[in-house]
Amino acid sequence: MTILSEQKAKALLSKVIAFSKADECECNLDGTLGGNIRYARNTVSTAGEESDLVLAVQSTFGKRTGVATINEFDDASLQKVVKRSEELAKLAPENDEHMPVFGKQKYVESKTYFKSTADVTPEFRAQAAEDSIVPSKKNKLVASGFLEETVGFSAIMNNKGLFAYNQATDVDFSVTIRTEDGKGSGWATRNYSDVNLLDTAEASKIAITKSKNSVDAKAMEPGKYTVILEPAASVGLLGNMVNNFGQRSADEGRSFLSYKPKEGEDPEKAPKNRLGEKMFDERVNIYTDPQHPIAPTAPFEGNGYPRKRTDWIKNGKVVNMPNSPYWAKKTGVDYIPGGGNIIMDGGNESLEDMIKNTRRGILVTRLWYIRSLDPQTLLYTGLTRDGTFYIENGKIKYPIKNFRFNESPIVMLNNIEALGEPQRINGNMIPPMKVRDFTFSSLSDAV
Amino acid sequence: MDRRNFIKLGTAAGVGAMVLPVSGIAISAEQMLDKPMDVAFKKKLADIALNTAKAAGASYADARIGRYLNQFVTTRETNVDNIVNTESAGIGIRVIANGTWGFASTSIMTPDSIAETAKKAVAVAKANSKFQTSPVKLAPVKGVGDVSWQTPITKNAMEVPIKEKVDLLLSVNDAAMSNGANFITSVLFLVNEQKYFASTDGSYIDQDVHRLWAPFFATAVGPEGFKQRTGLGNPVGMGFEYLDGKEEDKIKITGANVGYNKSYDIIEDAAAAGKQLKAKLKAKSVEPGKYDLVLDPAHLMLTIHESVGHPLELDRVLGYEANFAGTSFATLDKWKSGKFQYGSDIVNLFADKTQVGSLGHVEYDDEGVKTKQWDLVKDGILVNYQATRDQVHMIDQNESHGCCYSQSWRDVQFQRMPNVSLKPNEKDISAEDVIKDVEKGIYIAGRGSFSIDQQRYNFQFGGQLFYEIKDGKIVDQIEDVAYQSNTQEFWNSCVQMAGKSDYRLGGSFFDGKGQPSQVSAVSHGCPTTRFNNINVINTARNV
Repeated sequence: MTILSEQKAKALLSKVIAFSKADECECNLDGTLGGNIRYARNTVSTAGEESDLVLAVQSTFGKRTGVATINEFDDASLQKVVKRSEELAKLAPENDEHMPVFGKQKYVESKTYFKSTADVTPEFRAQAAEDSIVPSKKNKLVASGFLEETVGFSAIMNNKGLFAYNQATDVDFSVTIRTEDGKGSGWATRNYSDVNLLDTAEASKIAITKSKNSVDAKAMEPGKYTVILEPAASVGLLGNMVNNFGQRSADEGRSFLSYKPKEGEDPEKAPKNRLGEKMFDERVNIYTDPQHPIAPTAPFEGNGYPRKRTDWIKNGKVVNMPNSPYWAKKTGVDYIPGGGNIIMDGGNESLEDMIKNTRRGILVTRLWYIRSLDPQTLLYTGLTRDGTFYIENGKIKYPIKNFRFNESPIVMLNNIEALGEPQRINGNMIPPMKVRDFTFSSLSDAV
Repeated sequence: MDRRNFIKLGTAAGVGAMVLPVSGIAISAEQMLDKPMDVAFKKKLADIALNTAKAAGASYADARIGRYLNQFVTTRETNVDNIVNTESAGIGIRVIANGTWGFASTSIMTPDSIAETAKKAVAVAKANSKFQTSPVKLAPVKGVGDVSWQTPITKNAMEVPIKEKVDLLLSVNDAAMSNGANFITSVLFLVNEQKYFASTDGSYIDQDVHRLWAPFFATAVGPEGFKQRTGLGNPVGMGFEYLDGKEEDKIKITGANVGYNKSYDIIEDAAAAGKQLKAKLKAKSVEPGKYDLVLDPAHLMLTIHESVGHPLELDRVLGYEANFAGTSFATLDKWKSGKFQYGSDIVNLFADKTQVGSLGHVEYDDEGVKTKQWDLVKDGILVNYQATRDQVHMIDQNESHGCCYSQSWRDVQFQRMPNVSLKPNEKDISAEDVIKDVEKGIYIAGRGSFSIDQQRYNFQFGGQLFYEIKDGKIVDQIEDVAYQSNTQEFWNSCVQMAGKSDYRLGGSFFDGKGQPSQVSAVSHGCPTTRFNNINVINTARNV
């Protein structure tokens, strides 16, 4: 059994802490139990159940820290892992940026555990595969997909009084349905904490429709187009942007949020970062919230510090930047942890409405293989995939060949035409977006 | 009670130690932590798995007992951020029952737990068999009995004192910062896979695999903005001797960088990075257009990885990866034609898991197949793929290529990319010989931004260092370069490469594939190579 109750986790961690001789000892205990099924070529390829329980011990003497992990839990192993981390700490040089661990904390109520997901059976997984395979065969299509559900817990304890415990569930489903001749491909993905929200047949139906409708795609000239980005298409760019929101790299001059002094402005007196600046369309509101009802996260960070709702962008303005305890202290600001999810406000328009209100544009199902081109401008490249369609006068006219894009989320969030109803994607809530002047730089033959 | 006669292993629930009597050999958890588990004991545990699986109805079974050790040391400027030791041990059991694969794994290595896990694997196989359209067909493998192998290393990196590692990384940081970098992070990743494979074919294979990577990431900030440069060293299947930085392993390109062959002078490279960063801040932005590209091995290795390694994975070609990484343009009909011109006729690409110093180097793969070398593209023509035991029959072959791998005991093994490399020119010309005939070109060193579509047609690749070539000479350092091409067009524009003295191995330490996703490490060897008339774009943009 790799999912320990709060009581058992506390007992185990107390035992580990008791072995410690360090000034500070902090332990993270993480257990997972999950099942998955994978299918391809209209048949199940692999399926299994995985479980693991891992203990990480961080020991500190003064400003010297070492970490050791182990997945064995007899007393000898526990003593050994503590000793190992202490040995590493003693060998480590002093870290001038070391900050003390946190003491006892209070947390908001956790919303991350759903018994329904913990109760998923192999039969449920098999049914998900069947929901794709049976209609695919009927339509002379080829299904491949993956369903994985996990239940996990995280516990943190240190010798300064901190103890945190959380259980979470998660289910991920994705399906790709291709035509037998490989000329059409459709895809859909779903991700929830509560498996009761998952409808694998409905997702498969969308992938089937996109697959059939994407056959014989026409080539369009690369250039700037109005695009409707489904949530799966914009989440990668948004995620990369939020990952680059850190205060420290901005203060150090190596981020898109670094402040560039104006001509004649004294760099010493100028701000270091762009906090407070309106950088995006005023409809852009992005925040993190551990208690979001559809996309909740654990109520604490990996260091045990409480998470709370924190705005990153409010009405287009940068209002908070995450930092580390060290950088917060050094710069005299509050410690703002990064949070565990990205929640972006949307509007009321449905995807269908957005298409209806578009004179000329491109519907993008998802973006693939996103890589950074220039961290100064957050310019990224990548490709469209599994369903790219030309829209004319409010209707999808025909499928088009996939494009490579070279674009920045900063530009994307400045060129918003409309926002739809947010949907959960990869643990985040992202609305479909209609964006003008999105840059496609070349064509791809890939289907 | 004499502890030697008993095995003392923890329960996964962590609610206390459990003492179980084991007949014959016993080992304490403490002993297991200190050194690899005794081979005879591993054989005993593996046999429990194999025999239980067979008794439960498996027609084939294999067991992998693994202990995976990692050490990471991370430094930032003058500070040590972290020193981490990780360790994970357990057993993964794979079976065929009713013609279908089943797999289960456990970290609790008691006889009862292993037997229970073996039964679970068989149950999974039987449950899945109702979906099976054609039974698994394994290429034959002759059992090899008891064998052992170790990565040929001269300095076990795990045994090098922490202080030596920390001192080295802090010297790297100092070298970069005293030459122009404002910030630097340097890291040591050390991996030791102690893995034991046993199968019902009669193989008992004990392997001790070592890998090392020492990357750094340096940044310079100026009024112009900021620029980044990563190290030009490579992840390797070697010990700490890779960081000896011997003079004979350096290949100097006049006016540009130093390339590193079998050892890496990381301090010298960090100092060069500092100077090059200062130049990058002031370098002119590339004029987009068509150029002849000369690609150094530390760059070209990743182009090979993305545009040759991945599209020639047979599981991708067949559609098993369709829902994740994608499929491949290199379809079976192209291969069957025997005429598919993957590259120009000087392009010879081969797979090889026996290359000394490479990340993929092992004696046997994770399904007990002896590793080997084979051609993928010969004289420009597509001739073969990368396949495992259950796949080769689909391409009318009866010998597995030996490229089955799992990232740990916990995950099921599947087809992973072997080392895929470009053969050097038979004439042993140098990198500078390749550059000297180029009139208008760009020389690119180091790996940068890499993006390619899901069938591996369209790609766009950047790099770390870019130099304009004019009339056979490197003239200026330039910036904002990326090239866009199509795999087949690109390899058909290959016109020249350097010879064996310039051939170097590069590699990827964390290559992802599969669902659930697994990482593997793989090398790619190549010499400095020229490609004509490639489309170069400018990546600078005002936002």
